[in-house]
Amino acid sequence: MLEQPEGLWMQVSQSLPIPLEATLTCAPGEVLALVGPSGSGKSTLLRTIAGLVKPASGMIRCQGGVWFDSDQRIDLTPRARRVGFVFQNYGLFPHLTALENVVEAIDRGGPSERRREAGRWLERVHLQGLGAREPHQMSGGQQQRVAMARALARNPDILLMDEPFSAVDRVTREKLYLELADLLKGLSIPMILVTHDLDEATMLASRMVLLSKGRTLQSGTPDEVMLQPNSTEVARLTGNRNIFSAVIRDLDPESGELILNWGGDSIRAEPVDGLEIGQEVSWVISPGDVSYRHPGTPEDRPAHTYLGGRISTLVRHGETARVLLTLEGEPERILLFSASRQMVQRSGLVTGGEVRIALPSHKIRVFPLLEEPHEQRHHLARSRIGI
Amino acid sequence: MILDWTALSLSLRLAFWTMLILFPVGILLGRRLAWSRLPGKSGVEALLALPLVLPPTVLGYYLLVAMGGQSSLGSLYARLMGRPLAFTFEGLLVASVIFNLPFAIQPMQRAFEGIPEEVREAAACCGLSRWRTLWRIEVPLAWPGILSGLAITFAHTLGEFGVVLMVGGNIPGETKTMAIAIYDQVQGLNNAAAGVMSLVLLVISLAAIGLSYAATTRRKGRHA
Repeated sequence: MLEQPEGLWMQVSQSLPIPLEATLTCAPGEVLALVGPSGSGKSTLLRTIAGLVKPASGMIRCQGGVWFDSDQRIDLTPRARRVGFVFQNYGLFPHLTALENVVEAIDRGGPSERRREAGRWLERVHLQGLGAREPHQMSGGQQQRVAMARALARNPDILLMDEPFSAVDRVTREKLYLELADLLKGLSIPMILVTHDLDEATMLASRMVLLSKGRTLQSGTPDEVMLQPNSTEVARLTGNRNIFSAVIRDLDPESGELILNWGGDSIRAEPVDGLEIGQEVSWVISPGDVSYRHPGTPEDRPAHTYLGGRISTLVRHGETARVLLTLEGEPERILLFSASRQMVQRSGLVTGGEVRIALPSHKIRVFPLLEEPHEQRHHLARSRIGI
Repeated sequence: MILDWTALSLSLRLAFWTMLILFPVGILLGRRLAWSRLPGKSGVEALLALPLVLPPTVLGYYLLVAMGGQSSLGSLYARLMGRPLAFTFEGLLVASVIFNLPFAIQPMQRAFEGIPEEVREAAACCGLSRWRTLWRIEVPLAWPGILSGLAITFAHTLGEFGVVLMVGGNIPGETKTMAIAIYDQVQGLNNAAAGVMSLVLLVISLAAIGLSYAATTRRKGRHA
């Protein structure tokens, strides 16, 4: 049962008051992002680790100690679990100075020693000289740093961060990302970051778990989860709009590839077990995996599908552009792809222009189209698609 | 004698002890009620608020019955202490504490309710013991409400009349408080004495309440 004696291992389940069905692991030194829409249970899961929420059943082990075990009736209080918790609004003690806030979390040494150590923590988060300020005299970013120092000063077995950037403005956030990444790099405890921001997860976490309605849907590196979703739900939750329905038209006898009928066009995709000819399916491709074809380039690479369409919308976003391509047919379909700024300029991509694109079959993910309950869909999608 | 010093000292003594007893009681009950999610919470709150709406004579009557030698409480006290509870300073103190429960608890409860849950959770996640959380975090943050509860209790005890008369009677040096002394003077058509004593009571009460408001405003300004 215990695959990971070190780090965090947890498995919890309950149906009320908030449904939870989650298994998590986080190794020492690893930053794990819990990502999901609001109401997905990510904060509840984090609070469960800290002992602020008690799940109906399950087990939580951290750094060799059992914190919760419903079978053994073990349920350590938050005080007894050595957690460093950074709250969404920081939860700083408003009547204490920054230094005193950090001192409270240190439970070893005499008063002067504790103050010295708290001072060192404030220096580590770049707050030297601000120890005498009270939280209301500090900016949001400074308060977040105090919260981080206080969480780490306890010398915790795990660092838990609940949307720590939600209360700071964007400019401060960009700066804090870099600082935090630097700070976390030097830690050898498991670290869990709750966020609804995929960019934040990509920037700070080495692994992410996607949650929806209290369930863990998929875990992997942020790139894996975003580019190789294991269900249409994951694709949808990670912001992928290229989710389409099609019918399996045929199997290529040579390559074994699936050939999908997508509004009259044939789409080639890698084979998936358990799908039959004539079956309705969903297929997904990440906008970054759709490649633009320069006019005149040959369209003869195997395991690729070539399509043509008209650009209906082109939105520049920093160094990349999001291009909406309308494909004729019945019904009319819209496919999103991203192009670099240079490509937009060099190829003269404009709204209304006709373009050709290529879809590599190994980037296309096909899922059986199910209208069964969520639980079953999740299970089927995982068991049929090997990742 | 214009000012009944015995009555004044008795009133102050009663107000002080009532306040002192309700200080921990109010903190513990107010804190408990603030964060309790138990289904019986509103019932307990209603019971504690009863002295606010009950005529003092009604409450005094029940307390008198409960403290009398016929009752188990009254006879137990008399056996243990060798003197009755009714018509004594101690009896008056018990009545005063009960009568002041809502005045002490309600402001304290509101103050504890005002502490963000995140702050309390942070205290737990920082590893602070319950006692340290109480004295280092909760009481300082709820202090304006605690102070206000104590000041109202003090002032209210000074001015209580009905319950005191029912439970304590009018025994000089034992149960005759300022409020009752004023009544006596008015009955005896001694308006000058009644006027002076009323003024003294007014000044003390105003000072107590004023102090609590000033403290609350100052702290609110700091931690808004």
